[in-house]
Amino acid sequence: MRQSMLIKRGRLGPALVAVAVVIATAACGGDDSGGEQIVGLITKTDTNPFFVKMKEGAQQAADDAGLSLQTFAGKQDGDNEAQVQAIESLISAGARGFLITPSDSKAIVPAIDKAKQQGMLVIALDTPTDPADAADATFATDNYQAGKLIGQWAKAKFEADGKQAKIAMLDLNANQVSVDVKRDQGFLDGFGIPVGDPNKIGDESDPRISGHDVTDGAEDGGRTAMENLLQKDPSINLVYTINEPAAAGAYQAIKAAGKDKAVTIVSIDGGCPGVDNVKAGVIGATSMQFPLKMASLGIEALDKFIDNGTKPQATAGKDFVDTGVTLITDQPQTGLDSEDSAWGKQNCWG
Amino acid sequence: MTTVTKEPPPPQDFEVRHNDSLGLRLQHLLHGNPTLGPLAVLIVAIIAFSIANQRFFSAPNLSLVLAQVTVIAVLALGQTLIILTAGIDLSVGAIAVFSSILMANFATKLGMPGVLALLLGLACGTAMGALNGFLVTKIKLPPFIVTLGTLSIFFSLNSVVSKSETVRGSDMPDILTWTGTTIPIGGFRLTYGSIIMLLLFAVFFYALGSTAWGKHVYATGDDLEAARLAGIRTNRVLFSVYTVAGLLYAVGAWILIGRLASASPNVGIDYNLDSITAVVLGGTSLFGGRGGVLGTLIGALIVGVFRNGLQLAGVEVVWQGFAIGLLVLVAVSLDQWIRKVKA
Repeated sequence: MRQSMLIKRGRLGPALVAVAVVIATAACGGDDSGGEQIVGLITKTDTNPFFVKMKEGAQQAADDAGLSLQTFAGKQDGDNEAQVQAIESLISAGARGFLITPSDSKAIVPAIDKAKQQGMLVIALDTPTDPADAADATFATDNYQAGKLIGQWAKAKFEADGKQAKIAMLDLNANQVSVDVKRDQGFLDGFGIPVGDPNKIGDESDPRISGHDVTDGAEDGGRTAMENLLQKDPSINLVYTINEPAAAGAYQAIKAAGKDKAVTIVSIDGGCPGVDNVKAGVIGATSMQFPLKMASLGIEALDKFIDNGTKPQATAGKDFVDTGVTLITDQPQTGLDSEDSAWGKQNCWG
Repeated sequence: MTTVTKEPPPPQDFEVRHNDSLGLRLQHLLHGNPTLGPLAVLIVAIIAFSIANQRFFSAPNLSLVLAQVTVIAVLALGQTLIILTAGIDLSVGAIAVFSSILMANFATKLGMPGVLALLLGLACGTAMGALNGFLVTKIKLPPFIVTLGTLSIFFSLNSVVSKSETVRGSDMPDILTWTGTTIPIGGFRLTYGSIIMLLLFAVFFYALGSTAWGKHVYATGDDLEAARLAGIRTNRVLFSVYTVAGLLYAVGAWILIGRLASASPNVGIDYNLDSITAVVLGGTSLFGGRGGVLGTLIGALIVGVFRNGLQLAGVEVVWQGFAIGLLVLVAVSLDQWIRKVKA
């Protein structure tokens, strides 16, 4: 699950767009595609830049492979029903398989089972299903690794500067969502802080952690959370943020407190506004994920399956296909691979 | 309940003197002074949090709490007007966020001068409020339904216009982010946004308490039919209330841009409920006709003080929501109890 989309609510537009897309694909695809095999892409919403990029990648790959792509999206994040309907439509259209970013990892499973009974290949994109093996494969960012990279970067930077870290942890919400937990724990692990229960946020007792707060992955939440944590401990000099909008909000709080020179912010996402903030020195380092690659690799896997029935294999040592994560920073640290913000700008999404 | 309560009404404790019951005495006192209860809660909370953490009661922290509640207080001010007329507005957050996106895009995408972008943004917010008012008064739909519908519409347009992209403050004219500028007064850091907020509360405190319009708002909310028979043009009052609320939300949007130094389509998911929470905690009755804006300011501050105070006291985030929810239930129970007073 991704936070930048967790914050979408109450949108009608995507539904209308989805309907239009369905009609358009039905109209075009139906007439002239003839022997073209149908595959699907089902995202959480139609408006988040992350999913827009995903759709772009899927469309490109489908065109290259000569597949007919039908795309669907929920009205808002958490809209399971729209995704179930999308799967039903794909079944009745005779699709050979689809990529899905589940809005509700558990609730979507029965619908996926039905599709698999029809002999379809189901690939989870970005967000695993629960249980993960309900889908034939998962193509995703390793969120733990994404957190670990910025943790390692921060550790190296603080060691180089000879500073003792006082850390603020700006998480997503109180629900201990898996992406939130993995990023948070990955960061702590990378920084060299014992994480306690790796499935739980906030159970560490390390004195370097000044406090945790939640942001809903948005600017306003990031600002308020950072303000309160700075009150609690004015000596905070390192801020972990769940995503780049939260980081942008946190920076406003830090600037207002006159500490923008003294505090380092690290984040995760690789969105273009986030990369701009790396360039501007607002964010010290961020971990970039690749929605376009996720989707194009997913479509290629579907194509291979249609050709000869082979199913994608998980990356060695992981239970999913790792689509990679890259550290973006303009202050590279020795012993850590990274790219600068100029590279980031060329590869960012949104 | 046909009495029109204006704010702040004089204590009406003549009858109480004949009664020895402390509970009844309190009931009457609170009935006459709806802001007394919330004020007591606020003061007790401030004292408690000051004891729990010395950092709490300091000028920098208190100014922080004020800055944190500024946006929600302005939105809750509009919400108060609507709730006073026995309505409810579910489109607050949508109007505010959409207005902020419009202002930012007018300036950056269309290249308008800052002042024009701001004024046009304010006009758009006002128009959105007026649309709510039109649907409530002319089409005669219940406010809940109207604002449920416009909530979806405005959020949707917000996505369309913004393309889910955040506009950065550094790309905007200064006037749009001006509300975030702080003036240090001793250790206190007051933002222009907070000053605008306090001025607006003063204006509406006066307007509701001392003008014919204010009395009509209370009368309409207390008993629409009675007010109409008394010669009040209730439709006109209702329309004005929704329209003014729209303007207030747009001002809230301007303050929001200053606070975040950006205009993001993704903020504000909690604004609807937060604004209603502030109004309810402030002692304004959800059944209309009773309460006022001073209470709402106190209500917003209660939420701000609790969130900040609980964080400083090291209380886990999950329990902060629990505490606020409990407060709301107590506040509404209290309102019900007060309403039973034999006037």
